[in-house]
Amino acid sequence: MSAPSDVSTAAPVVVKIVISGGFGVGKTTFVSAISEIEPLLTEADLTEVSIGVDDTRAVGGKTTTTVALDFGRIHLDASLMLYLFGTPGQDRFSFLWDDLVDGALGAVVLVDTRRIQDSYPAVDYFEDLGVPFLLAVNPFDGAPRFALAEVRDALGVGPEVPIAECDARARGSVKDALVLLMEQVLRRRMRALAAGAPRE
Amino acid sequence: MSTPEFRPPDPRMVPPWRPPAEQRRDVTPPEEIVSDDGVIRPFLLTGGRTRPLRDGLRLETLVRAAPAALSAPLRFELLRIVRFCQEPRAVADVAAHLRLPIGVTRVLVADLAAEDYVTVMQPVDELPLALIERIVDRVRAL
Repeated sequence: MSAPSDVSTAAPVVVKIVISGGFGVGKTTFVSAISEIEPLLTEADLTEVSIGVDDTRAVGGKTTTTVALDFGRIHLDASLMLYLFGTPGQDRFSFLWDDLVDGALGAVVLVDTRRIQDSYPAVDYFEDLGVPFLLAVNPFDGAPRFALAEVRDALGVGPEVPIAECDARARGSVKDALVLLMEQVLRRRMRALAAGAPRE
Repeated sequence: MSTPEFRPPDPRMVPPWRPPAEQRRDVTPPEEIVSDDGVIRPFLLTGGRTRPLRDGLRLETLVRAAPAALSAPLRFELLRIVRFCQEPRAVADVAAHLRLPIGVTRVLVADLAAEDYVTVMQPVDELPLALIERIVDRVRAL
């Protein structure tokens, strides 16, 4: 029986959600839309933009060790902080993913309907690890519009994976996506508890 | 008809030898060393070590420095971490603030933790259901 004041005096709890998807799908935009801080970069001397533009083969192994990682932060209450980490956009940085995803509550996989296949690696990755995720279709201007069910089919995920349209530029839309993801995290946990409780 | 190539140079025309320190100064300003080559050289700060002394330092792991550590005889970047972490900061925040790669930051933070200059919050593997419910509520209220 702890006093209610414990909540504010206890060490803050930090949780994290990973924002993923192909290169240029709007991960940084998504994080900026809701973060209290400007998305911060670490290892900032090679940004995603320059990775896409530069012929990185010309500089040999250097780019494999130098990569921009952006993240944002939201204070949910006095003792609860949510960090959003964007995954590096390109496959060659996949070695960083384990580190990013370690301990994550869940993940948002952003989808660009012009390049749906770019989201396959992220979907595979989170499915393999059993990390709860949400498919968020970012409606780019001029991109073909598909019914969400079609996008789900194209990505080959089951009906248990939530899918929503999400304008990564709009705070409300980003927030709704995070709510959907968190509801999925909660559902999964409750299902696990219900399945595990009678047997063990 | 000239045969200059076989003539030894007149010693008066040989330019005076410059000490290497002076030459170095016009070639590489030290600032460029860090920003130019993201990873290899920052690991000089760790004495070349790439593995932290302790595991469990996630990107979002909070680090908090003891006020007493402010007066400890720490070298520059360790002191910056101690100053920055007077309130709890995530490892990723520390890396961004010091403009260091995550790997280097982890090694430095682990060194400080080994000497008890900072405390590191233990990561929780399975969040309690009540906490997940609280997160859902708080995100809805954003």
